[in-house]
Amino acid sequence: MTDQGSYYVPEQSKLPLGAALGMGTMGFGAAMWVIDGQSATVFFVGLAILAIVMYKWWGIVIEENMNGMVSNQLKHSYVLGMLWFIFSEVMFFAAFFGALFYVRVLVNPWLGGEAAITLFDDTPTDASTANAELLYPGYEATWPPLVTPDQAANGESAKFVGPDQAMSFPGFSSWQRILAWLPLWNTIILLTSSYTVNIAHHAIKEGDRKTFTRWLGITVLLGIVFLFLQAEEYIEAYQHMGLTLDSGIYGTTFFLLTGFHGAHVTLGTIMLLVSFLRGLRGHFKDNDHFGFEAAAWYWHFVDVVWVGLFLIVYVFD
Amino acid sequence: MSRLFKIIAAIYTFLATSFASAESGFWSLNMPRGVTEVSNAVYDVHMLMMYICIAIGVVVFGFMFYVMFAHRKSRGAKAANFHENFTVEVIWTIVPAIILLGMAFPATTSLLKVYDTDNPDIDIKVTGYQWKWQYEYLGEDIKFMSELRTSQDEQYGRVPKGEHYLREVTQPLVIPTNKKVRFLITGNDVIHSWWVPDFAVKKDAIPGLFTSAWAKTDQPGVYVGACTELCGKDHSRMPVVVEVKEEADYYEWLAGKKAEAALYASTIGKDWSNDELMQKGKEVYGISCAGCHQAQGEGIAGIFPSLVGSSIVTGPIEDHIGILINGVAGSAMQSFADQLSEVDIAAVIHYKRNSWGNDMNDIVQPLDVLNYKQSR
Amino acid sequence: MAHGPSENFFTRWFFSTNHKDIGTLYLWFSFAMFLLGGAFAMIIRAELFQPGMQLIKPEFFNQMTTMHGLVMVFGAIMPAFVGLANWLIPMMIGAPDMALPRMNNLSFWILPFAFAILVSTLFMEGGGPNFGWTFYAPLSTTYAPDTVNYFIFGVHLMGASSIMGSINIIATVMNMRAPGMTYMKMPLFVWTWLITAFLLVAVMPVLAGAVTMMLMDINFGTSFFDAAGGGDPVLFQHVFWFFGHPEVYIIILPAFGVVSQIIPTFSRKPLFGYSSMVYATAAIAFLSFIVWAHHMFTVGMPIAGELYFMYATMLIAVPTGVKVFNWITTMYKGSITYETPMLFCIAFVILFTFGGFTGMMLSIAAADTQYHDTYFVVAHFHYVMVAGAVFSGTAAIYYWLPKWCGRMYDETMGKVQFWLAFIAFNITFMPQHFLGLAGMPRRYSDYGLQFADWNMVSSIGAFMYGGAQLLFLFNVIRTIGWGKPVEDPKVWEGADGLEWTLPTPPPFHTFSTPPVLK
Ligand code: HEA
Ligand code: HEA
Ligand code: HEC
Ligand code: CUA
Ligand SMILES: [Cu+2]
Repeated sequence: MTDQGSYYVPEQSKLPLGAALGMGTMGFGAAMWVIDGQSATVFFVGLAILAIVMYKWWGIVIEENMNGMVSNQLKHSYVLGMLWFIFSEVMFFAAFFGALFYVRVLVNPWLGGEAAITLFDDTPTDASTANAELLYPGYEATWPPLVTPDQAANGESAKFVGPDQAMSFPGFSSWQRILAWLPLWNTIILLTSSYTVNIAHHAIKEGDRKTFTRWLGITVLLGIVFLFLQAEEYIEAYQHMGLTLDSGIYGTTFFLLTGFHGAHVTLGTIMLLVSFLRGLRGHFKDNDHFGFEAAAWYWHFVDVVWVGLFLIVYVFD
Repeated sequence: MSRLFKIIAAIYTFLATSFASAESGFWSLNMPRGVTEVSNAVYDVHMLMMYICIAIGVVVFGFMFYVMFAHRKSRGAKAANFHENFTVEVIWTIVPAIILLGMAFPATTSLLKVYDTDNPDIDIKVTGYQWKWQYEYLGEDIKFMSELRTSQDEQYGRVPKGEHYLREVTQPLVIPTNKKVRFLITGNDVIHSWWVPDFAVKKDAIPGLFTSAWAKTDQPGVYVGACTELCGKDHSRMPVVVEVKEEADYYEWLAGKKAEAALYASTIGKDWSNDELMQKGKEVYGISCAGCHQAQGEGIAGIFPSLVGSSIVTGPIEDHIGILINGVAGSAMQSFADQLSEVDIAAVIHYKRNSWGNDMNDIVQPLDVLNYKQSR
Repeated sequence: MAHGPSENFFTRWFFSTNHKDIGTLYLWFSFAMFLLGGAFAMIIRAELFQPGMQLIKPEFFNQMTTMHGLVMVFGAIMPAFVGLANWLIPMMIGAPDMALPRMNNLSFWILPFAFAILVSTLFMEGGGPNFGWTFYAPLSTTYAPDTVNYFIFGVHLMGASSIMGSINIIATVMNMRAPGMTYMKMPLFVWTWLITAFLLVAVMPVLAGAVTMMLMDINFGTSFFDAAGGGDPVLFQHVFWFFGHPEVYIIILPAFGVVSQIIPTFSRKPLFGYSSMVYATAAIAFLSFIVWAHHMFTVGMPIAGELYFMYATMLIAVPTGVKVFNWITTMYKGSITYETPMLFCIAFVILFTFGGFTGMMLSIAAADTQYHDTYFVVAHFHYVMVAGAVFSGTAAIYYWLPKWCGRMYDETMGKVQFWLAFIAFNITFMPQHFLGLAGMPRRYSDYGLQFADWNMVSSIGAFMYGGAQLLFLFNVIRTIGWGKPVEDPKVWEGADGLEWTLPTPPPFHTFSTPPVLK
């Protein structure tokens, strides 16, 4: 409810239709691609269209801002847009965290013939007893499950074979093992990066461009290191721990949660990198730097998700 | 006002009586009362809910119609200009809440009955397959498939439909009266749902997990139900038929079932002729395979492969037996090892290899199948 | 930005940044989808006209059922209300346009691509989606035709469109209100949409999560929905219904908003309890997040879960009752006239409440063992969705179309359409209650002889109802092209609100200088 009348309603634009075309082509192409595993061309054509449109689109938005066409009210619309976008991302992760919670707390005991929630009653139901007796004899409900129900019942011929090892916290047995545990380093890196991006934020608020670019650059580097370590962890999982996408529900939830987190880190890093490059070009003012601020919020969000992941997926399992 | 009330009351009585008395059948209006304690409890709570809703409806709509009639502009009504009245708003929040509280009691007690599966006398494992049911009497070593018996000709209108159209199966589930029977229900491929309205038993058959339900009745008879979870193409063609027999008859039936199995074991070693196999094979194919692979083996493009000239059907017998015994994991092609006898499997394979232009001219014997099974 | 619409057809309709033009696009798109989804329904009803397979194959029947549900929910109803939101929200709150006009156009244009992908599967080998609009795993994963992948990405696109659209609505309502337009002065339609948009942003990502899990299970060997690997097919249902239940309120809340605008107009009396309506809407939205498993009473949940979901579901009757009572007391001591929009709204109140009553019955878990997955459920949700959402959408078009295009619809034709629709609707769906209670499961391509009579009645009603829709289409086109001009800004005697202060038809850009509210 601020200064009305100056609200900037843009001219007709080809970009939205272009973006929709790009997205539609990507969707169609992605389906073709997963079905036969090779026809990826259509997907990449769509991606290229979308990338070009995005580049232009944000280019125009930046230009409009630099030309002073963006009122405070419009800026507030952008702020709201970003906040609610982040909220939608939170809900996306909630779906996967919810899935993890459900299988871990409820399904896993049922498959092992136990009662799930022992709060009211710790006698197994006849259905869960039947699971253990008739479907998966020998399956024991533990988390992380190194043996899948399938494997417990069918041994060699099982379709889902559990991992040899889980990515768990190695325990306080020795410092070496704790220090060699990548998730810990990743946590430290991400927490640090949240701090460094904050320094950059304060710097730009005070108009200190040099400090801003320096600390933002460091943040981007930390993001890249994180991704590097994450890749390292995946290689380790696949090559040495037998932990893969098809090693049952543990592998499933582990890779999907950390994988989507990694994808978001990638996106966040790109956003910060763009801000960094814009910073070098002299964009952003002490009272006008929302492009960067949005990226920084996103980065904090990614960080918070990681803390959740670290505690739930890695430490308390 | 009082005339209006009389009319409403008359409609109400009419509806209430016609609902309460309707029998299941043509032009039927209401759910059957059923024959178990649970089904009666469910019926009662259903009727109670319906009466409450009708009563609320009569009051709410009655008032509404009165307003619509009395406060028409054409009747010269002038609009008042009041709004918000705290007392009224509190009342119409609290009164429904109290009604709900009243409904919660019968709702809870009836649900407790549904869940009371402890201490059964008989355990039966029910498995949903695309598109048939398997019943296994746990601890009795009896297990059989129950498939639709209605012919394709009836379904596609080539012959008149029988009285039991889509409600008849090859073998019904048989249970005794006055025994608490517990059903342990699971699925083989996709989710099905096992429903017998007269028992008020409806539980999903989930692949890889069990659910449970129970029934106990003193009324012998045949009770027909259905699969109620969308499970693919022939979802509407896998009825549930349960026959409740008097206890003595039930045990007789059970003994007969066991004798049948013993008799079968003695025929398996026999050498079957081409004609015998073709005839038997055609029958088995029609019941067990044609649903997917279609009457002439042509399949449905993109879903069910054609068997005409298929590399497996025209390949080594060994592989062909293999695919029937093992199925194809993660596809609708299920394992038939438990569903069909060795004779049936041999016959259907033989039939496929020598029909629709597949011209293998070899012969498959039940013994081949048995040997394959044992060597596994 | 002072100029009017572009002269060039292509520029005007494809590159638009104008909320009215984009609203129009949404509305026509949704009507086209309604006809398509309706055509699928006609195929379903024709096949079910009598027992036996007459016209189509069972596997195609399943595709029709699925596509009918998907197209109606995601293609017809949701875009229809987004179209209304686009047209009306800026006009109602005194804004020049939507907050993010370019993104607005993107939200729209994703939809034709998404539905092109979805519908194209019908022509591919393996056919379209055949697993119901609720696409339960593993029928939709391991046992689905390859084309399910197109479905998955189609759903992703629809989700992206909805999320962007709702973020836009939230930003508009929160940021673009004219000076003096406080939250508690906003018209109820704006309120219901604000809350609906919030629901959408919260649950569309969860739907995206559900289809992503499917994608992984189908193509990349994960075991979310496979108990052998430690997952559970029922997990899918929990994730789906966490989206799916709020989704049904996403469908109905804007409808509530429309009715809350129209009833006061034709009663010539303000809405009885404005603030309690706002709170009731918020309460319904809140409750919608915590009742999802009432769709899963037969999956064998532990009894504690079953009881909880039953009680929570029953609670929804309270705030919904508040709404119904408010509408009726708004009419009380009014000066009521019965133009077509009002007729549709009254039918809405009656039939929606009726559908709500059957919803109450469904929420009783023990009784739901009998109702679940039968035609009783089908009847329930068509009462709330067709007589709810579609009737209120029709009312909205009749009510605002004269404002938008400055031409009056034909009242007689409108009334004929109303009575035809009202009667045909009940002939179609009332018997489905009886069918369900007598034991006819839903998603059945064929049925036993005992269900023949009511099915035939239902089919006849459905064809009549389809005819009523064609009459509606005709009336709308006639109005836009040849209707009698109206110039009165208010159009309706009892109308109240900012949109009625604008000239009729409203200029291309409205409120470039904000109105001032007392
Ligand atoms: C617009 C959409 C919409 C709306 C508004 C509703 C509203 C409600 N629905 Fe419905 N529902 C659907 C769409 C909708 N539903 C759909 C699409 C399905 C099927 C999905 C599928 O499986 O495909 C479904 C299925 C469905 C089920 C699952 C059935 C099953 O599969 O077994 C249940 C069970 O609880 C249910 C309950 C309710 C309840 C309690 C309400 C309540 O909100 C109703 C509240 C309203 C009233 C009660 C009337 C007014 C109140 C008063 C006058 C006050 C006094 C009243 C009392 C005290 C009783 N619905
Ligand atoms: C808001 C959503 C909505 C709407 C508006 C409708 C509208 C209608 N639905 Fe709906 N229906 C659903 C949502 C909706 N439905 C859902 C979610 C399901 C569950 C799906 C599932 O199980 O997965 C369902 C399932 C469903 C079934 C059960 C199918 C089954 O279980 O197998 C039936 C059966 O009668 C049915 C009938 C109808 C009819 C007759 C209409 C009528 O109101 C339609 C009227 C409209 C028209 C008829 C269009 C008019 C146009 C023409 C007649 C000409 C058309 C021709 C051309 C343009 C070429 N629907
Ligand atoms: C519920 C559906 C269904 C039923 C019933 C069914 N099948 Fe199949 N069948 C399939 C599917 C699906 C495949 C494809 C499996 C795959 O390779 O993914 C298949 C594959 C086959 C193949 C291999 C064909 C090839 O060329 O790859 C043979 C042979 C076969 N079935 C025979 C039978 C016989 C004999 C029966 C009856 C006893 C039968 N099927 C019953 C669904 C079914
Ligand atoms: Cu089995 Cu439906
Ligand atoms: Cu619901």
